[in-house]
Amino acid sequence: MSAAIILVWSLTIAQILLGVAMAIAVFRMIVGPRAQDRVLALDAFYVAGMLMLVVLGIRTGSTLYFEVAVIIALLGCVSTIALAKFLMRGEVIE
Amino acid sequence: MMRSVLPYPLLALSLLAMWILLNGVSAGQLLLGCVVAVAASAVMAQLQSPKPRLRSWRAIVRLALVVPVDIFRSNVAVSRQILAGTGGRKVSGFVTIPLALRDRTGLAILACIITSTPGTAWVEYDSKRSTLLLHVLDLESEDWVKLIKTRYEQPLGEIFG
Amino acid sequence: MTGMADLPIWAALLVAFLVLLGAVLTLIGVLGLLRLRSFYERVHAPTLGTTFGAGSILAASMIFFSMLETRLVLHEILIAVFITITTPVTLMLLARAALYRDRAEGAEFVPLHQEADPGSAGGDHSGRK
Repeated sequence: MSAAIILVWSLTIAQILLGVAMAIAVFRMIVGPRAQDRVLALDAFYVAGMLMLVVLGIRTGSTLYFEVAVIIALLGCVSTIALAKFLMRGEVIE
Repeated sequence: MMRSVLPYPLLALSLLAMWILLNGVSAGQLLLGCVVAVAASAVMAQLQSPKPRLRSWRAIVRLALVVPVDIFRSNVAVSRQILAGTGGRKVSGFVTIPLALRDRTGLAILACIITSTPGTAWVEYDSKRSTLLLHVLDLESEDWVKLIKTRYEQPLGEIFG
Repeated sequence: MTGMADLPIWAALLVAFLVLLGAVLTLIGVLGLLRLRSFYERVHAPTLGTTFGAGSILAASMIFFSMLETRLVLHEILIAVFITITTPVTLMLLARAALYRDRAEGAEFVPLHQEADPGSAGGDHSGRK
């Protein structure tokens, strides 16, 4: 067992798990009985996607993915806050 | 003199640390980071936000040790509950907690701690009556009012007064 | 796969363990989105992924790149700090928005505007014990 084999296997499994997590989040986003469920699922999707990019960065050994992950983390936060604000102000008062 | 250049020393220091982490350590980046830190501190001073006073470093250290442990324990408990399925269903519900803590920074940190812990979520704070509405996933396992008050609110009160 | 084989075995095992732990925790958290019944229960689920899930994957990345480049690579701390600061804020806002909407619709299972005595516990909102 060399270091490369251990890493490749564990990273592949981790990527599969994170992919499944993203798929479940998308499912909840589509099914989600109410708007807040969909926003929550979108937030979880962002986090899982960001972690997927970090794992991809480890796999390719390039720090370039780190920058992408930072941007996704920031965008995910801002968009979720905007959507939550919209849920409070935009839809209920008609 | 020191006051006017660096009104928020901790903020400036953390901004400099962020800059160095993003761009790597070199003399040029160090200089640029210092410029950014001082400029951002000046902007912050213009906003005139009330400066939080830290009273007890010992309480900060204690809190910084307690919170990760609690988050870890809560992670384990919530994972078990999710994986248990219908058999391990716990009763979840809302809890109202009267808070003695009034400081805004302290309340913000309390909110972050409570929401980052998987088993508890901060829902609403009523500033008039200073009560806090929490949602907890497992209502019966612990006395949540006592836990929040002694574990988090009391040290935060020591820190921010 | 540049330079992966250069890593010592213990570092590879540590990175592998942390990455798998983080992925499993994130998956469990998202699974909670699927399995828990009401919205207020589901709010708790993603924090699994954003606390120790993200933390251990980012720690793995830090260890990996520090070993690979034989210098301290710590910029993953930034993501961790972002996440620990932003997730509570977003979840809090979402919970408040949900509460506001439920109250506006007159749902029975959410507490009204702080009508209960301070210190008392609200009941099971799903309607069954």
